[in-house]
Parts: sequence; C-alpha cells; structure tokens
Amino acid sequence: MSMKKLKNIYFDYQATTPVDPRVLKKMMPYFGEIYGNPHSRNHSFGWEAEEGVEVAREHVAKIINANPKEIIFTSGATESNNLALKGVAEFYGDKKNHIITCVTEHKCVLESCRHLAGKGFEVTYLPVQSNGLINLDELKKSITDKTLIVSIMGVHNEIGVIQPLEEIGNICRSKDIFFHTDCAQAIGKIPLDVDKMNIDLMSISGHKIYAPKGVGALYIRRKPRVRISSMISGGGQERGMRSGTLSPALCVGLGEACNIYSNEMEKENKTLTKYKEMMLEGIRKSCPDVYLNGSEEARVPGNLNLSFAYVEGESLMMGIKDLAVSSGSACTSASLEPSYVLKALGVEEELAHTSLRIGFGRFTTENEVKYATDIIVKEVKRLRELSPLWEMAQEGVDISKIKWAHH
Amino acid sequence: MAYSKELLDHYENPKNVGSMDKESEQVGTGLVGAPACGDVMKLQIKVNNKGVIEDAKFKTFGCGSAIASSSLITEWVKGKNLDEAHSIKNTEIANHLALPPVKIHCSILAEDAIKAAIDDYKKKNRKNR
Repeated sequence: MSMKKLKNIYFDYQATTPVDPRVLKKMMPYFGEIYGNPHSRNHSFGWEAEEGVEVAREHVAKIINANPKEIIFTSGATESNNLALKGVAEFYGDKKNHIITCVTEHKCVLESCRHLAGKGFEVTYLPVQSNGLINLDELKKSITDKTLIVSIMGVHNEIGVIQPLEEIGNICRSKDIFFHTDCAQAIGKIPLDVDKMNIDLMSISGHKIYAPKGVGALYIRRKPRVRISSMISGGGQERGMRSGTLSPALCVGLGEACNIYSNEMEKENKTLTKYKEMMLEGIRKSCPDVYLNGSEEARVPGNLNLSFAYVEGESLMMGIKDLAVSSGSACTSASLEPSYVLKALGVEEELAHTSLRIGFGRFTTENEVKYATDIIVKEVKRLRELSPLWEMAQEGVDISKIKWAHH
Repeated sequence: MAYSKELLDHYENPKNVGSMDKESEQVGTGLVGAPACGDVMKLQIKVNNKGVIEDAKFKTFGCGSAIASSSLITEWVKGKNLDEAHSIKNTEIANHLALPPVKIHCSILAEDAIKAAIDDYKKKNRKNR
C-alpha cells in the first residue's frame, strides 16, 4: 500500500482545537462594527454587543440544560476551576472546611486545593482504579459532616475516561454537598445535564471545543442556590461574580461552539469512534504489547492514550515527527518524570515512559488516520529492533527481575 | 527544541545496531540505565588479540538523544585500543551532537556504557588467564 506522505498532521485535540470557521464567522462582526461595551446600558452600541453575549449565554446554557442566568463567562476553564473552588470555599469556609477531589484532576484543580489547604481546609485526594475511574464507595467513605464540596472532572484530558457524574451527583445531593465538575474536555463529547446529574458548578473551556483560547464559562446553580465569593474586584459584572468587561467576540465564539455541538455531537462521535477503532485495530494487529491507558469502555472516542512497551515515548515522537501528538511520559519537559496521571493508574514507570496521547477531532480525516497508523506501526517496529528491552523480552528474560542501577 | 543535523542523522540512520554473542571471550558487554528512568543502553565491543576494538554494536531504549549518543560512541571506539576508548568523555559526545542541557545525561550514559563494556571484557579475560 503506497500512501502519499502527509506533513504536519494535528493529533493533539486534547491540548487545544482549531477555531471552527463557522465560529470565527459569527465572531468577526464583534471585532469590527459591533464594538460597544456590552455593559453599557444607555445606547444601542452597548445593547447590540449585549445581545450577542446573551444569545451566546443561552447556547452555553442549553448544551448542559441550565438556565442562562446560571452561566458566567470567564477567561477559560482554569479561571472557572479556581473561581468555583476558591469562591465556594471562601463563602462557606466558616461552616464547612473539607474538600474532596481526585489525584488525577487537572493541575489547576489540584493547585487550587493545595492553596486552600494552606488556608486551613482539609483536602481528600481520592485515588483512581486502574481504569482511571474513582471508586464511588471510596467517595462515600471519605464524606464527613464537614465536607463542603466534591470536585471531579467529567472527561479526563490525558486519558479520556468518563467519570460517573450522575452517580457522584446523586451522592453529593443526598448529603447536601456541592458537586463541582471540570467539564473542559466533556462538553460536546458526552451528553451533560446539570439537573439530571445534580451538578452544582461546572467549568467550561472555549478552546477545547473549537472556540478561541481565552474564553470559558462557569455554571453556578441557582436552585438550590450556590453562592461564591468573587476573586476579581471591579464593576460587578456577571452578577457580581466576575468583574471585568466581557469580550463579546470571545463570548459569541464560545456560544456558537456550543450551539454547533448541540446539533452535531452525535454525528461527530460516530465518526471519531470509527477513527479510534481503525487506529487501535491497525496498531494492535501489527504490534504486540501495546496497552490502552484508562478504561476502554468509559472513554471518549477522540482520545487514545497508548503505551508501546519497550519503545521510549520521546524517541517514538521523534520518529513520527509529522504527527503532532503528546507524550504521556512528559519527558520532553524538564522534569523527566513520567505523568502523574499514569502513575495514579498504577502504570509502571517503565511503561509510562512508552506512552503517547493521540487525539482525534472534528477536522481529522480518514486518510490522516490511516497514514498515522501506518507510520506509528513502522516506527514502533524500527525502534523495537533498536531496543535492548525488546530483545530481552523476546529471549524470555523477565525485565522486572533485573537489578537496574537507577541513576 | 531543534536538534542538530548530526543528532538527527544518528537517530534516523543509527550505525552499528545489533548484538554480539555475549558469551564470547572476545566480547565485552555493558548494560546501563534503567527502564523506569526511561533509558537503557546495551553496548558491546569485540576486541582482537592486539587489544584493539575491531567492532562495536549497540541497542538502546531511550529518547532520540540516547540513541544518537550510543550510535556515535560505537563509531568512535572502533579501531581504538581499550585505554583510548576508556578515555572518551561524555562532553565530547554532547558537543559533537549539540545535546541540549536536559539531554546531557544521555551522553553520560554512553560514557558509562563503554566503560562497562571494557570492564566486562577485562574481567572475562583476567579470569581466563
């Protein structure tokens, strides 16, 4: 099979997504003729900008079955996560001071919790099972009468697993505990319903769903009401919870991105599932000892996090340099430490060093998936021929029994 | 991170990949690094009766810099006697490949590997005398 060599193919949709041209088209007028301050109440310039923002708010609300009044715009999911956790903690902290989260949460959640721990909060970090999901019994057991909020993300950025949001929501509601979920990677990937899932706060990101970087949203439930202390002092925009003039263009972009997903999620998921299966089968057929990290069932189709045993991840990335993927080993960063997420799943360090995250999205083509599968297989085979560990494994040597000199 | 032309060439077309009979008296084997650290190098030398390295082979599990470092050192040691090979410094490898600072450990590993191979050869041949 000969295939035309493709250059620079994007397989990193969990890092960020390109702006959908339909989104950009909706945004453009707000960079030009519609330039009013959406908070100006006295003239048509303001009203026009405000209308764009409010339509966008409706689109965001609709995709999670919320009321538009429950949505505030932010700069992104990092700000939303900070605001949700610190805002709730500050408002209710004198009554309850216990937070439950999970070891595999995004750094901005973990760091916010660490910040709060420094202010006297107790934080429980739930472990995950080998499939990347939390154990609901562990969650129930860690709840005390001081538990204020539980924060568990919807879809994982690194391994793509889907946490049981509805079950977590039910547990929290029955104990009068707030449930916050970071859904940066979940919007448009799985059906979300804040009422059915008993979600009290939800963080949303623009640039993971084909809207621009620099915009996000936070859902904050009104009935029963959740209150937060604001982090930014100012003119009291966004119902006093997030001061600062909104960017209508960015808000409109986020709104349109949600609107598109409201209509196209199912169709897109079908295509991505096809691609995922194509690549996974293609790789497994030709290469033994390739492992999928995170649950194979409870995962979104756009994420394949694979460990290629006996092949170091960074060298593999170098070999497939026309594919923009992400290294699970994080060895490209200065730390040289394998991913804390894979570690939490119990993936041994040597296997964590062999991991790649391959992400598909809206603009991925079947041709690209086929091409990528071919060159990944070719490169894994080449590097295994270079690998002393592969050679030992073929000779039947148990690598875990060798006394390695750690350096 | 932009890698040098030399490094990329050794990564894409590594020299002297392979294995030699580790039981042979003429062969010294060095196995250094650890899978959990993300680098393992196996370096072998074949020494003739004049004490000159006439062949060298390697296999490496590690990043591109580790593969390139081991490929380069196998090229360098061929034709050298054991003392000359033993005196190769990691900085020479790092400079030749223009390794970025976070990858200096790859050149150190290559130096360790050749030293380990020489030690193994010497140990074997001391015993047999």
